[in-house]
Amino acid sequence: MATDYFPRLSGKARLRVDRVSGATFLLYPERGLRLNATAAAILSLCDGCRNVAEIARAASHGTDIGPGESEREVGTFLADLAKRGLLENGPA
Amino acid sequence: MKQTHLNGEADRPYTLVAELTYRCPLRCLYCSNPTVLSRAAASPSPSANARTALPAKAGASPRAEAQSELSTEEWTRVMAEAEALGAMQLNLSGGEPLARTDLEALISAGRKHGFYVNLITSAVGLSQDRLLNLRAAGLDAIQISFQDEDAEAAARMAGRNVHAPKLAAAAWARAMGIPLTVNVVMHRENLGRIAAIITMAERLGADRLELANAQYLGWALANRDLLLPDRASLDRARATAAEARLRFQGRMEILFVQPDYHTDRPRACMDGWGRRYLIVNPYGQALPCQAAASLPNPVFENVRQRGLKAIWELSQGFNAFRGEAWMSPTCRGCEFRAVDHGGCRCQAFQLTGDAAATDPACSKSPHHHLIQSSRARADLLAKSESAGAPARSGQGGASSPAPIYRTFPATVTVPFPGGK
Ligand code: SF4
Ligand code: SF4
Repeated sequence: MATDYFPRLSGKARLRVDRVSGATFLLYPERGLRLNATAAAILSLCDGCRNVAEIARAASHGTDIGPGESEREVGTFLADLAKRGLLENGPA
Repeated sequence: MKQTHLNGEADRPYTLVAELTYRCPLRCLYCSNPTVLSRAAASPSPSANARTALPAKAGASPRAEAQSELSTEEWTRVMAEAEALGAMQLNLSGGEPLARTDLEALISAGRKHGFYVNLITSAVGLSQDRLLNLRAAGLDAIQISFQDEDAEAAARMAGRNVHAPKLAAAAWARAMGIPLTVNVVMHRENLGRIAAIITMAERLGADRLELANAQYLGWALANRDLLLPDRASLDRARATAAEARLRFQGRMEILFVQPDYHTDRPRACMDGWGRRYLIVNPYGQALPCQAAASLPNPVFENVRQRGLKAIWELSQGFNAFRGEAWMSPTCRGCEFRAVDHGGCRCQAFQLTGDAAATDPACSKSPHHHLIQSSRARADLLAKSESAGAPARSGQGGASSPAPIYRTFPATVTVPFPGGK
């Protein structure tokens, strides 16, 4: 993903904790995505000011995941959300 | 009652569908509202106060019907109870939910209980001011149904010419930044215009376009021979939708739902009975599916008489088709039973008279010939049409039946700004 792409969750999406499973859900029109802990952590870093490399670095900080692997993982996840129209570029 | 499923996930609702009213200014030929309403469905509890007393004949007049609809307070309690069970999406639907003067209050109540609040509407009777109020109350997203891209064809389907105000309402929604889903029920009359329908949704700035073929239950079943497309038209339309889905990826999500009459496999109706969805109808009956009230045997309970948790977990109605014990031998021995749960119970009942039968849409069903013969009629009709004998709906073409418009529940008028 481009270095001038600063993803942020689109206004139509909202995060909430599922009271049954404790998992974080990404809610958007008539739908919901169940996020695992990594995905939820990545999304909390998508503030419209960090690009994908920066998000990947922050997400892998303190773990033994290499920067290349982290960037690939983050990139795949964010590309999937972008396909669903759930991301915008730049600060709110 | 404990249920075990192959995937090990417990039954819990994700979505509460609140059917706020069956009143509607339109009468779409494929309307999913009940074709008959049992007295039981419309009965408030004996303990309900005099204001909501049981009308002598359920739905005998629009007034009596409106009186037995759940009140603002009752809906608010239903929302709290559904949220406690795990529901996170709230679909405010109908009939036409705009007919409820307390819609603003219901939206705020939904947000207060943590729901993502979707309004499912025809948009008929919606003014710009009211939409502003709904948004201010916390409305998250709107789904507007269109019958077609062509105003006259749309009017034939809905029984009224309301295409222009729908376009206006969609434009207001976009201007207010409300995520917009355009929903179009697809059938023989409009499949050929699918490309124009996609262009319409694009111009409206829709986030999502649902091109859902009619499900042949209730009113749509009554009008099946008029609505069911032939195979070739369906294949062409599906290809157009698939191409557009790629072209619009990331901008507008396009969903094309096939009619199960042409797939030889049933739909995983509601993701399985009583697993993910909770429907409450205008009179308080809690149901696993919008069409379930058409079934004679399961006993569905009313939120006026019992808490939602007990209904969801313990009621006979919600447990009737959970798990696999109820299944026909055909389904019980089938590798797909965890995928489609044996298909749609309402379709099984409406076509075979047995709600526990294998869905006739499935090629393994002993009743599959019912689907095949209906499909064959659709193909034949298309052939005779293309041979130059126009057999259009309502014009008494030799093989094309007359439309049957919904007559009950009573059609009432909601305010229609700028309309005639
Ligand atoms: S808009 Fe059409 S489909 Fe929806 S409730 Fe009214 S008549 Fe039925
Ligand atoms: S036999 Fe039953 S379980 Fe198997 S595919 Fe058909 S409907 Fe589904």
